[in-house]
Amino acid sequence: MKNRREFLKDAAAGAVLMGAGSKLGLAAASAGKSKVVIARDAALHSADGRLDERRVADLLDRAMAAYTGRDKPMEAWKRIVPVGKVIGLKLNCTGGKGIATHLALTQAICERLQQAGVKASEIIVWEGFNGSIEHAGYTIASDRNHIRCIGTDTAGYGYEEQPLQCGAANVHLSKILTRECDFVINLPVPKDHDLAGVTFSLKNPYGAVQRPFELHANGCDPAVAELNALPAIRNKFRFTIGDAISSIYQGGPQFRPEALWHPNALMVGEDRVALDTIAWQMIERKRAEMGLKTLAAVGRPTTFLTTVASAKYNLGTNDPNRIHQMEI
Amino acid sequence: MKFKTESIFAALAIVLLVSVACTGCKKTNADAFPATGAIAGWEKTSETRTFAAKDLWQYIDGDAEQYISAGVVSTSTSDYKYQGQLEATVDVYTMKDAAGARVILEKGQSKDALAVQLGDAGVAYAQSVIFRKGPALVRITAYEAAPNAQAALLELAHGVEAKLQ
Repeated sequence: MKNRREFLKDAAAGAVLMGAGSKLGLAAASAGKSKVVIARDAALHSADGRLDERRVADLLDRAMAAYTGRDKPMEAWKRIVPVGKVIGLKLNCTGGKGIATHLALTQAICERLQQAGVKASEIIVWEGFNGSIEHAGYTIASDRNHIRCIGTDTAGYGYEEQPLQCGAANVHLSKILTRECDFVINLPVPKDHDLAGVTFSLKNPYGAVQRPFELHANGCDPAVAELNALPAIRNKFRFTIGDAISSIYQGGPQFRPEALWHPNALMVGEDRVALDTIAWQMIERKRAEMGLKTLAAVGRPTTFLTTVASAKYNLGTNDPNRIHQMEI
Repeated sequence: MKFKTESIFAALAIVLLVSVACTGCKKTNADAFPATGAIAGWEKTSETRTFAAKDLWQYIDGDAEQYISAGVVSTSTSDYKYQGQLEATVDVYTMKDAAGARVILEKGQSKDALAVQLGDAGVAYAQSVIFRKGPALVRITAYEAAPNAQAALLELAHGVEAKLQ
């Protein structure tokens, strides 16, 4: 575990790197555009709504192959994750059971990481609270010799005592993020959001904050931008595998079975603004299909998407002309 | 002097106890959850957890604000299982008044909501039942589709309704 001095040193180094764009060097393959792969499998859910978990790993392999241009899963993963570093998998369990990051997806990623050379002891599956992790169907595991699955409230972790300025709020970040993880794979779920309009990859780091409700004012704008601009988040949330196997188009972010639908997709990329822009469009299309008004028309415009893309924050692009969207 | 100090502490303790007791009886519905077997087929599978309004974000982060705006005082929740298979959660939101419960019930109803006779008003969907009774707003949610889910949820809902204060 890093001490406070090392944490602050990392934060300072991160500040220098801010705005460096794609850090994995894969975006260049898309002629300067932000690449987003949407991999679908229409048979992922059966007609009666049951998930065929055996197909999830295959869908993950296809998504990773398309994103990296490498057919073999091991080569694809080696292009993404740094071996010898601690890899965090940031779940999204705040919506409760029924609309959390699927366990089958997390298990498939852990399997592939280990096959790519990451040790089990270097993988941390994490979220804010143990209670929400367990409620989503996961089992808490804190043994450092194995894959850990922990909330920030696990004994020995907790939040940084030193607050960071985040717009009008002072936030305390999870020590799992600041002191344990070198590289975070973001595993958000696209959902309607009662305050921000939509929640996906840019909102998921809220689970790394001690009091996330302090970042909810004004449709989470500019709090989403301020939070994602913090060096520990900007520089560690490096890759996103969005769990769009299921989604909520109305009444989110909690589980609302009456508004549940199954896009049966994984959304992969590095540019979280591009990913969220696509997720927003996806949810708007579904709302229109269901006869609902646009999010702006019901008083929940996704203004944070403009803010995060602005020159002030430079977190990614929301310009469709600068997004290379690959559907497979 | 010693007697006087003890009297002050005793008085404070009584005030504290009365205060806690009143808060408990007026502001929560933590006893509204049917025990295992009370409703045919339903098993209560978790302890009841209760969240004060200021802590509601720990349970439903991102959704808590609408309940706080509507005057939520406390929220109690417990998990259930029907015939060993269908998992569900019962949430009981105790609002400041009946108007707050009405606001939440009426917000976000979709066209396929089925009006049901429960409490003061209620609706049912294939996998969920929502109703209000006085200041209480109850949401029962099943986690998977099943042919008998709605009927089973309604049975459980009637059991909760009967126990609401």
